[in-house]
Amino acid sequence: MSAIEGLETAHHHDTEHEHHHEAQNFWQKYIFCEDHKVIAKQYLITGIMWAVIGISMSIVFRIQLGLPDSNLSWLKPVLGGWISDAGKLDPNFYLALVTMHGTIMVFFVLTAGLSGTFSNFLIPLQIGARDMASGFMNMLSYWFFFLASVIMFASLFLQTGPAAGGWVIYPPLSALPQAHPGSGMGMTLWLASMALFIVSQLLGGINYITTVINLRTRGMSFDRLPLTIWSFLITAVLGLISFPVLLSSVLLLIFDRHFGTSFYLSDIYINGEALPNVGGSPILFQHLFWFLGHPEVYIVLLPGLGITSEVIATNSRKPIFGYRAMIASMLGIAFLAFIVWAHHMFVTGMNPFLGSVFMFLTLIIAVPSAVKGFNYITTLWKGNIVFTPGMLFSIGLVSLFVSGGLTGIILGNSALDIQLHDTYFVVAHFHLVMGAASAFGLFAGVYHWFPKMFGRMMNTTLGQIHFWLTFIGIYLVFIPMHYVGIAGFPRRYYQFTSYDFTHKFMDMNMFISIAAILSFLAQFIFLWNFFYSIFKGRRAPQNPWRSNTLEWTAPVNPGHGNWVGEIPAVYRWSYDYSKPGAKEDFIPQNIPYSQTLESNFPHENELIANEKAIESQNYNDQFNAH
Amino acid sequence: MESVQQYKVEREPQETLAMDPKKFILWLFLVSIIMLFASQTSAYLVRRAEGNWLEFEMPKIFWYSTAVLLVSSAAMQWAYFSAKKDLFKQLKIAISITFALGLVFLWMQFEGWKQLVAMNVYFVGNPSGSFFYVFTGLHGFHIISGLIVLLFSLTAAFNLRVHGKNLRRIQICATYWHFLDILWLYLFVFLLTFN
Repeated sequence: MSAIEGLETAHHHDTEHEHHHEAQNFWQKYIFCEDHKVIAKQYLITGIMWAVIGISMSIVFRIQLGLPDSNLSWLKPVLGGWISDAGKLDPNFYLALVTMHGTIMVFFVLTAGLSGTFSNFLIPLQIGARDMASGFMNMLSYWFFFLASVIMFASLFLQTGPAAGGWVIYPPLSALPQAHPGSGMGMTLWLASMALFIVSQLLGGINYITTVINLRTRGMSFDRLPLTIWSFLITAVLGLISFPVLLSSVLLLIFDRHFGTSFYLSDIYINGEALPNVGGSPILFQHLFWFLGHPEVYIVLLPGLGITSEVIATNSRKPIFGYRAMIASMLGIAFLAFIVWAHHMFVTGMNPFLGSVFMFLTLIIAVPSAVKGFNYITTLWKGNIVFTPGMLFSIGLVSLFVSGGLTGIILGNSALDIQLHDTYFVVAHFHLVMGAASAFGLFAGVYHWFPKMFGRMMNTTLGQIHFWLTFIGIYLVFIPMHYVGIAGFPRRYYQFTSYDFTHKFMDMNMFISIAAILSFLAQFIFLWNFFYSIFKGRRAPQNPWRSNTLEWTAPVNPGHGNWVGEIPAVYRWSYDYSKPGAKEDFIPQNIPYSQTLESNFPHENELIANEKAIESQNYNDQFNAH
Repeated sequence: MESVQQYKVEREPQETLAMDPKKFILWLFLVSIIMLFASQTSAYLVRRAEGNWLEFEMPKIFWYSTAVLLVSSAAMQWAYFSAKKDLFKQLKIAISITFALGLVFLWMQFEGWKQLVAMNVYFVGNPSGSFFYVFTGLHGFHIISGLIVLLFSLTAAFNLRVHGKNLRRIQICATYWHFLDILWLYLFVFLLTFN
């Protein structure tokens, strides 16, 4: 009885298997697609659209800050009632702009757009898998993100404006609708959108981890994984552990706002009237929020660092320096990320001793970060560097990572933080080390893997121009901003014209704003290059950067399942560049040692005996599923 | 001779780890639920340490609901063993008991809420009461999701699609159900200890 049924189920699986190869209709192919490559592109395009919106917002408030006398009437067609008849930006809307810029850039662009794009695209292609562990969950992940995007976008058009309590949405400001026009419906939509976003990130992250651990091809042991995959794996683990905590804090905030509980609220008087809420603690929210918030910084940054490792090694034509140290430092950063959250809260009245503990832990992060910095530089040292746009952006990332990281050492001091907390010094610090560095990682990744994504090349010259304008622009914006911060300019202020101490820095603020506008304009070079090249770019060869990783052994336009026929087996790590004695200056991972006798080291010759064993290994090939 | 053999075994290349991806996904999902409740309970402790904390005795019915959930977990394990041995009749009985006790548990939790209200402990008020409702409510929400997973296994069991050669579905179901049981035990002991 059971044997027959077993047969039946086996047959059932067979029909499912054939179903894979049936022609898909438009909806299955492009909309509710379960193929990781299409989902990656969906993430990328959505992320780019959000980036345009998010950066445009920053330009509007930079004009307000740097050129306070300018007439903004020309923005009336877009912003409508938020620009007064005299051409002035509405102060409430200024706060909303700052909030939405932060939310959009941190979550929608640099989390979903960066990790969503490259984890989805590269994990199956680089570990040698047909697709993600669960294509369905992956598809859901994108559509939850899309739904979150729609809700957040809709909140921009509310008459009372979107959320305006800062991207960290501290209560009581965010909990009380009376506090600010944006704390009403705008905040409600913000919370709904973020809850969906968290679901999306969890679905995606669980999939990434499962895929990396279970679907690697034959021979792809952990010590042969490209560093990109290591970084995506660690990023996903960070997200898996920290996003549920954000969900917790958001949930309690929703209860406070809509059901009248007092988790975060206590003893509040509005117009002399006491609110009924007693016994809550706003500091509790900060603890919960920053337990996500700090790992989130690394969720944003680590994929960029992984992409950089890969691009720098490929284009220096040298093995990555300190492969194991790179992995160890990423693990170290990930571990430390969970025990430093209170350095965002030094001025909340925290016990100074506790502050010292968190300061100490925070400063330790400098060690693994420095290991990474030095490893990048030593990889470049004496390499045959090829300055592709992807390479330029990767080197740029290292530069931003170092210069932004240095100010982190200053801010990590609990004593110095009393002066610098919530000033433009903080803004400059995290924009360099997290914002711009991760954005450079995103650019590097797009330039480097564009040929694999779309089968065409982007224009190199335009890419190089884009790099130099962006790189110089970023420094022109954020280096002066440190000075403004030391001078005491607080964040999130609508204007600085009414204080004596800020007068003499007005020209510096104007300089920052003009630099910001110029670097914003430079991004249109990228946008044009990107969209033009998708349709009209030069056709890409199979391995344009002469790289070692598995994705370049797949066809130029990989179909569903990535490889035609068998998935290649892996015999070596992914960094055999410029190996002495080798015919070419790169040896892809799928070339066995038995074919490269001229360049093998003695211990590698011994590994030849293992090749038969590797070929006969079991692995999860989703096309030959049990 | 033996040592040579062992040496050879060691030299063989490591196989890439290949667990069942679906089960692996379940375990990661459990990690995220653990983090959700870990953050809730630590928020509880942080808030409690600040004082102004309403203390109240947990209604007795939560003791009984805990027992019900434990029995349902045992029934789930019985169902799994029956499926393994292709004992279809017992499988059907066991999985039905599990499902029914799951529903009973939910109803008892709801009764517990009613008794709390009768004790003047409300969702809106001192955070100590609010947290109690949030913990039980969040757990109840997960029990509902567990019941949905259970329902799939239940219909599969009644259509004879769960048997010794097709255990994945009921394994996933059993793991999740036991997890929810352990999670409730944790919350129960936690709420008893730090009331």
